[in-house]
Amino acid sequence: MGEFRMPSLGADMEAGTLVEWLKAPGDRVARGDIVAVVETQKGAIEIEVFEDGLLERTLVGTGTTVPVGTPLAVIRAPGEAAAPTPTPEPEAPAPEPVPRPEPAAPPPASGERLRITPLARRLAEKKGLDEARLRAIAGTGPEGAITLRDLEAPGEAPAEPAAPMTEMRAAIAAAMARSKREIPHYYLAQQVDLTPASAFLAAANADRAPEDRILMGALFLHAVTRAAREYPEFNGHFTDGAFHPSAEIHAAMAVALRGGGLVAPAILDAGACDLASLMARMRDTLGRVRTGRFRARELSEATITVTSLGERGVDTLYGVIQPPQVAIVGFGTPAERPVVRDGTIAAAMTTTVTLAADHRVSDGHRGALFLRAIDRNLQEPEAP
Amino acid sequence: MTSDPIEDLVRKELGRIAPDVDPGEIDRKGDLREECDIDSLDFLNLVTALGKALLLPMPEADYPKMRSYDALVAYLRTSRHAPDSDASPSS
Repeated sequence: MGEFRMPSLGADMEAGTLVEWLKAPGDRVARGDIVAVVETQKGAIEIEVFEDGLLERTLVGTGTTVPVGTPLAVIRAPGEAAAPTPTPEPEAPAPEPVPRPEPAAPPPASGERLRITPLARRLAEKKGLDEARLRAIAGTGPEGAITLRDLEAPGEAPAEPAAPMTEMRAAIAAAMARSKREIPHYYLAQQVDLTPASAFLAAANADRAPEDRILMGALFLHAVTRAAREYPEFNGHFTDGAFHPSAEIHAAMAVALRGGGLVAPAILDAGACDLASLMARMRDTLGRVRTGRFRARELSEATITVTSLGERGVDTLYGVIQPPQVAIVGFGTPAERPVVRDGTIAAAMTTTVTLAADHRVSDGHRGALFLRAIDRNLQEPEAP
Repeated sequence: MTSDPIEDLVRKELGRIAPDVDPGEIDRKGDLREECDIDSLDFLNLVTALGKALLLPMPEADYPKMRSYDALVAYLRTSRHAPDSDASPSS
């Protein structure tokens, strides 16, 4: 008997709203089936089930907002007898505990900082609750923090979700603030000659129909996954005070959304893709970004992020690492710039590649080698 | 909509990619990517859709002839009538 819970799709997520059940009680489910759609700060997310069995009953109705970790449905394993009500002790593993950021400094003795979760703070602002009113509330969250639930009067319907953009901005703010608070970033940059990469793409795309063409962005991503295989300290998660390298490379692409905001869905196991399949996966993933539909794992399992300014950006981008990842690689806008070849100055297509990495895990020396590996890979774009 | 089927097609496909942009409002001679705030993948998707609809190869080497809305429409018109020649619309 297992429980199917509201997953955590990132350290900044506190709650999600169940939008749709795609399976009904009595339906058989298999590991990997998408059983529900959840609305989060990052958009609508399809949630997969991680075990085979029978969906015995749902515990949360559509339209309900529940905290991360809340059981959503009971799944009966094959061959298991129907459970007597009420719900037995959950034996399914709880979702990854979300590490709570430590306060940056001990709060001052007098006038202690108000503890309130970001979502609750937003709701408080919406309701026009000032700090004095908030201080009167006994928070039920960690360390007495005021949570969303504490602001909802008993019996009151869950608060209307804030406008999607505001929610997304809150999610970005929470993740980035945590990153800057917890991760000692260091930054490196390297100008990379894109002459071979451009020539390779022009030749490769000459006989391809538009739907099979490869973009420079795919070449960038491929160069990073190849380098991450050689330098595992840039690919994984820093959780519970230690770095856990990942065997697979789940490369997230930071994508600016039309109308504002940013999401970074991952191409799962991008490290196993050749260039053509990486391009196809990129197209598929970015196509779904436009419709606002990702799968849960695409947001929660990213192990490294690649961000690219595209053709209409500026020279250099300094990334902010997405916790619990430990590195982000940025590509500035490719353009013709001066390079020195055989003692003379020539114009060549170049990009500036940057690395922001976590000093708890690696040092500048290894970071430089990693960046040079990316550079080298871009000089040999045809290599597998 | 316009009275021209090619323009209608361009507008329809642009609307899919940049639904928040009104093609009637953009600078038709300006850089299409700037005018519609589209990136290289959006542009590739646009080229893919137009090529499929009009049975044109839309080679990458011709991208410079598709820089603006007007240039793109002119390119599609010319290419359609001379699909095998090196169609070169006046820009």
